[in-house]
Parts: sequence; structure tokens; C-alpha cells
Amino acid sequence: MGEMSSQGLHQADFDLTQFYAVFFEEAAENLASYESMLLEIDVADASDDELNAIFRVAHSIKGGAATFSFADVTELTHQLETLLDRVRKHELRLTRPMIDVLIESGDVLKAQLARYQGSTNETQDTTDLVVRIKKLAAGEELVAAVSGQRQLRVLIGPLANGAAADSLAELFRDIPSLGALEALDGGQLSAEGMRTFKVTTPSPDSELTELFSFHVSREQIQITPFPPAAQTEVIDVRTDVGGRSNNAESQTVGASAMEGEGFGFFVDLNTLPAARAGNAAAAQAAGDGGANGGVRGKKSDPNKPEKFANIESSTLRVSVEKVDQLINLVGELVITQAMLTQQVKPFDPVQHQALLTAVNDLERNTRHLQESVMSIRMIPMSFVFNRFPRVIRDLCTKLNKEIDLKMVGEATELDKGLIEKIVDPLTHLVRNSADHGIESPVKRLAAGKSANGTITLSAAHQGGSIVIEVRDDGAGLSRERLLAKAHERGLSVRDDMTDPEVWALIWEPGFSTADKLTDVSGRGVGMDVVRRNIASLGGTVELDSAEGYGTRVIVRLPLTLAIMDGMSIGVGSEIYILPLGSVVESLQIKANDIRTVTGAERVVKVRDEYLPVVALADVFQVPAAERRGVAEIMVIIEAEGQRVAALVDELVGQQQVVVKNLESNYRRVPGVSGATILGDGRVALIIDVSGLVKRSSLKPGLSTKEM
Amino acid sequence: MQSILAVDDSASMRQMVAFTLKSAGYNVIEAADGQEALDKARGQSVNLVLTDQNMPRMDGITLVKNLRGLPGYSSTPILVLTTESSDDMKAKGKAAGATGWLVKPFDPGKLIEVIKKVIR
Repeated sequence: MGEMSSQGLHQADFDLTQFYAVFFEEAAENLASYESMLLEIDVADASDDELNAIFRVAHSIKGGAATFSFADVTELTHQLETLLDRVRKHELRLTRPMIDVLIESGDVLKAQLARYQGSTNETQDTTDLVVRIKKLAAGEELVAAVSGQRQLRVLIGPLANGAAADSLAELFRDIPSLGALEALDGGQLSAEGMRTFKVTTPSPDSELTELFSFHVSREQIQITPFPPAAQTEVIDVRTDVGGRSNNAESQTVGASAMEGEGFGFFVDLNTLPAARAGNAAAAQAAGDGGANGGVRGKKSDPNKPEKFANIESSTLRVSVEKVDQLINLVGELVITQAMLTQQVKPFDPVQHQALLTAVNDLERNTRHLQESVMSIRMIPMSFVFNRFPRVIRDLCTKLNKEIDLKMVGEATELDKGLIEKIVDPLTHLVRNSADHGIESPVKRLAAGKSANGTITLSAAHQGGSIVIEVRDDGAGLSRERLLAKAHERGLSVRDDMTDPEVWALIWEPGFSTADKLTDVSGRGVGMDVVRRNIASLGGTVELDSAEGYGTRVIVRLPLTLAIMDGMSIGVGSEIYILPLGSVVESLQIKANDIRTVTGAERVVKVRDEYLPVVALADVFQVPAAERRGVAEIMVIIEAEGQRVAALVDELVGQQQVVVKNLESNYRRVPGVSGATILGDGRVALIIDVSGLVKRSSLKPGLSTKEM
Repeated sequence: MQSILAVDDSASMRQMVAFTLKSAGYNVIEAADGQEALDKARGQSVNLVLTDQNMPRMDGITLVKNLRGLPGYSSTPILVLTTESSDDMKAKGKAAGATGWLVKPFDPGKLIEVIKKVIR
């Protein structure tokens, strides 16, 4: 060390781009928490912690942006920092317009950063925004003044003598409303000719300066907030920054501290033990990092600082690919373990006790391993929920409504892949609730409700699924209008349909484009799309409503797409998997229970309901030669509210299967949603129940009508 | 090898500082806030502490005060990094017992230049 000249280390030689990724990631996280803090903050009663945390985001992004020369980001965060600094020091009162501007600035920062990341080319015009921030930061002194007494440090000088400053004390005596003035320097001029006072006043800075300028010139007045930290010592603040020699290498610096451009020292470096020439070399020779003279304390081995470095952070960032690879491998392991378990089944438990115990252990450990690995991909629902305060806020402004958002169960975890895909459908549902569910404050008051509507978002685990609910206390659906609308669209409806059946009309594709419906009950815009998206995730969606009281949409999703509870069924020599969630029941039937209608369609009557019959052997074209007799087992499966009876040869059992994507490994196959490997090593196809149901469902209304 | 305790809540800044210092041949111990720095400082001595001012949990000034009370740290050079080179900030740093200050942003060369003035 030491050979490296400081010139050689200048910015040009450093590839700062290598730190961009971390900065972008960090800034994104910071901005996300910045926004949620701003959305949650109580304008009237913001805590210091909250204000400091918000300030810190601007401060931190500014630091990074300045280092990486992202000029526009630096400029904007600088303005924000100035504003927020005054707010956190209670020089300015936090206001609603301020929060609006702060949130808007967050958006602009996101866009600016996106441009540096290359994801957009749009440049942001921040002129107007910066002007508004500056106005807020500067113009609000009047607001600050009415908010109460402020404590200020007033520096007067340099002065030739202390007399001029003493007249300030008279000023405060003459004008009691000005507050109190207290000399912090015992009435003595400092070496630089400065006087220091503490002023407690309700008056704005400008007014103080105005009054003081009767006695001293404006240039001699410095007003800064009084540091909240208790400081008894009067500090000699040097004012001639940068005015001294920049030649810091000079050994002739006396006992006074020195400053350079952008840095400074409070003590004479020559008094520092570490600064003594030769000492560093001695320290190195001794092999003791703490050997530099004055540094006492515990001996430590400088070769082993890792001991501390290792506990640096309790979280670890890993790429999703790595996790997926791990999940895949564990999936394979589960299959191998299942094979082993199956292989040892016929073994005599007495003779092979050790082997069987080991296989048992393997099964248990594999399960735990699988659960742990799956949990890596699990992230809390707050990742989705966190965007909604903003969505609701924007909608309230746009729709002139008052909506409170309640969120329950944000900590509930869900697979990352599902989280990403549930964002759009949920956003759609929340928007619908805000737009069409919640009434205007006037209407609500007229209906005897509170002016504020409430939308509740909740998430909870229920068995192997997650249940997400979007509930509003709005107008609810109107049964009559839905039926009328359905009639108009030529859907087969009857007046005596049950409520759930009426609500289910919402999911009909025909309803999605009905623009008039927004006036009616308000729902239906793209609801079929929502349902389709959720179904493609292996989930279901239900709706419940009460006119005048509100609407509830319940989304059920599997916790993960990688593992599924399946029912294995036999058709001929093939095994297929039906997702257990879609299996309603299985029954033994006789051939004459099945009737043929309209020539080709076959139906079976199950408890007064006629269900279309699907012979899986026909669907998958299993050769008749492989079949043993006629299928006599019927599995009733349900998807998207429709039921069909699937004819199978054999019920093999229930098991957890590791889902393998058929599309990425082979190609898309109609009627099949994926594949899995069975315990005996064979491949079994997983049946796409909603596809099957769609293909074979009867005309609407027929399934429930008595024939 | 001389050790530097680098404290900053921003991972990117910390990474950059650590990289710069390591390139210049220093051993770097990183901490994400004052509290973590204090914990790491206990039980080992370093040749220099480089700390950001504004951090969650414990800010730079408080860290300086606490470090000064720690055995072995009474005279360890401590530089405070600050985005504002305000007199107020400097006064606080001085009162807390900091050795000096350095304005952020700085370029890597400047950082090494200043550090070399303090530890040679």
C-alpha cells in the first residue's frame, strides 16, 4: 500500500456500472417503502420516526445517484431532501399537498431510474414538480409559524464588538410576542467575532431577519434550527470553508484543524497515533491491526475479520432460477423416494426392518426438505396488497369517493409465481369494487351509510389453498337487473334461479362487454377474464352479494403450482391424474343410468341433476383392446361452476404429485394441463378439468333443468 | 493490513466504498447502521471508521459518541460522511468526537486521498 497514487484511483479508473444493479434494486425497495409510508402517514400526527424514515429514502437515493452521476435523480432527491429535512425538523408542518407532491415525486423517480435501467426511453420533465417542491420547502414558513414555537440558533457576525448583538436582546424585551433570546456564549465574542444565541420564537425566519437587520447587516445573520440534541458546549463553527490551503499533504499544518474541498478534520492529524510515519509499517510488522499506539482494547487477529463479516446480513438474495432448479431437483427426489417406497412395500417387515425404517426416514426427510425448499419461493401477500393503498387513493381522487382500505392477513404466504399472476385479477376486482361497488358519499349518506366506503382485502390459508377476499360495503348487485340483462343477452335464465346462480351470470363472457351494466349494478367489466386468469392458476373464484350491503369476491388458489394433490384414475392401462380440488365425488353406476339425449349427448342423473357424461377412454382414445369391460366408475368433476361426470375404469388413489410442465418439455396438448412421474417411474398426464368441462358441458340451463 | 470499518445503510454505497477501500489494499469490515457497527467494533480494533450520518437505528453522530466510549476507540480516527457540508453537521460531528468529515458524493480517488491523510 502507499505505492498506489491517489491519482490512480480516480473515478475514471473505476467501473462504477458494476454497482448499478444493487443501487437500482435498493432504490426500488426504498421507493416502495417511501410510497407506503406516505400513504399511511397521519398528516396531523406524523411521528419523528416516520418523518426520518421518509427523509432517509430521499437522502439515500440522492447519495447513490450523485455517486453514479444520475443528475436528474440527484436533483429531484435533493429538492425532496430539502423539503423533508425541514419537515422532520418541525420547521414545516406536514400537509396534504405536500404528501401529494411527495408521492408524485416518487413516481417520477421510479420513471427516471427506469430510464437508467434501459427499460424506457421516456424522459421526465420535472421543472414544474421541482418548482412545486421548492415552493413547499420555502413558502410554508407562515404555516410553520402558526404551528408554534420554534427553537433556532442565531449566529451574528463577524462583529467588531459585541455591542451590536446586545441590542438584539433589547429587541426581544421590547417585543414580547417575539419570544425569547438567550446568549449561548456568555456575552463573549468568539475568536472569529461571532455571537451565538438561542431563540425561541413563533416568528418566521424572514421576520427575524427583518428585525435583526435594524442592528446588524443581513449578511451577518445566520439562522439555523437549534439542534434537538442536547449540546451544552458552544461550538466554534468555522465559516471560511475552503478558504484555506488545500495542500493537505503539508506537514506544516499547525495545531489547528484543516479543511480541503469536500472534507475536513477537526483535529490536527499529526496528533493522531495512526498518522505518525512508520507506525503503520510497525503495525503491519507486528501483525496486529490494533497495534497503532493509542488503540488499546482487545487483541484481534486481523487475518480473521470474517468472523464478524460473516454475520453481516440475515437475508440472502438468490436468483429465482437457482431456487427453481432446487425445487426441480427436490421434485425428482420426491419421485425417486416414492419409487423406493413402492418397491419395498412387498418386503417382509421383520426381515427387512432396517431397510423399511430407513425408507420411512427418507420419506419423512424428503417431505421436510420439499416443504423447506418450497417455502423459499413463498412470499407474503403484502407484495400484492401493498400496491392497493395507492390504487384506492388514485381512484378516490378520480371518482370523488371516500374509500377506506382495510387489509387483513398480508403476511400470508404464496408462491412467487402465483403472486405475480394474481396481481392483475386482484387489481381488477379492487378497481371494480371502488368504481362500481362503493357509492358516492352523497348516495351513501342518503342510504343511511357512512360517507366513507370500505374495501377489505384479506388473505388466509385454508388447507392447501390460499383464500383471498375482496369485500366492499357498497351497493351490491341487483338481482333484477342482472336477470334482465341476461335475458336481453339471450342467456337462458329463470326468475326462480337461486342467488348464487344469478351472481354466476357475472362471469359469463357476454356480460363482460355490457357497458350499461356499470350503471346497473356495476360489475361485469372483464369479469370473465378475471375468472379465466384465476382458473389458469388452478384457482376458483366465487361472488356473493347483498343488494344495498355490498359484495364479496372470494378467490381460492393453490399455494403453489409445483405440487398438487391429485386423484389418480385408471383408464385402460393408462393412469391419469385429476386435480383433487376439482373432484366432487365418485360413484359406482350401472350402464342404464346413462341416457342419450338429442342423439349423441349422453347424460347421467345424479340426485335430480343431469350431468353430461364424458368417457375419458374416448377423450384420450385409449384402445378398446386395453380396456377391461365397461367403465362403471364415475367421477364428478367441477370447473368454473360446471359439472361433468367422467367415466373411468379404476380409482387408483390419492397422492401428491410434482407437476411437470408439458408445454416446456414437449408441447401443448389439449385436455392435458401437465404431467407427473409416478412412483413406478411411469408418466401420468394431468387432466385439464376446465378444458374438459368446457368441451362437454351442455347448453346453459340444461344441466339444472328436469328433463 | 489496516482495517477500516465502513458504515452505511445503503448497500450500494457500502459496496462501492468497500470495493474502493479493498482495491487500495485495506481490509474492510462493513456495517449497515450504527448499531451494527458498534456491535462489530466491540471485540476488535480497527484503524479507521468511516460512517454515514443518516442511518436507521443509530445515526453516525450517535455512533461516534458511542465508539468514543468503547475501549480501544478513544483515539481511532473516525470520518463522518455527509451529503450536506453544513456547519451544523460539522459542529455535531466535532462535538461527538469525530476526526473529520467528507462530503458525499465523493469519487473513489478522493476517498482514498482523504483516508491516506488520516492513516499512513
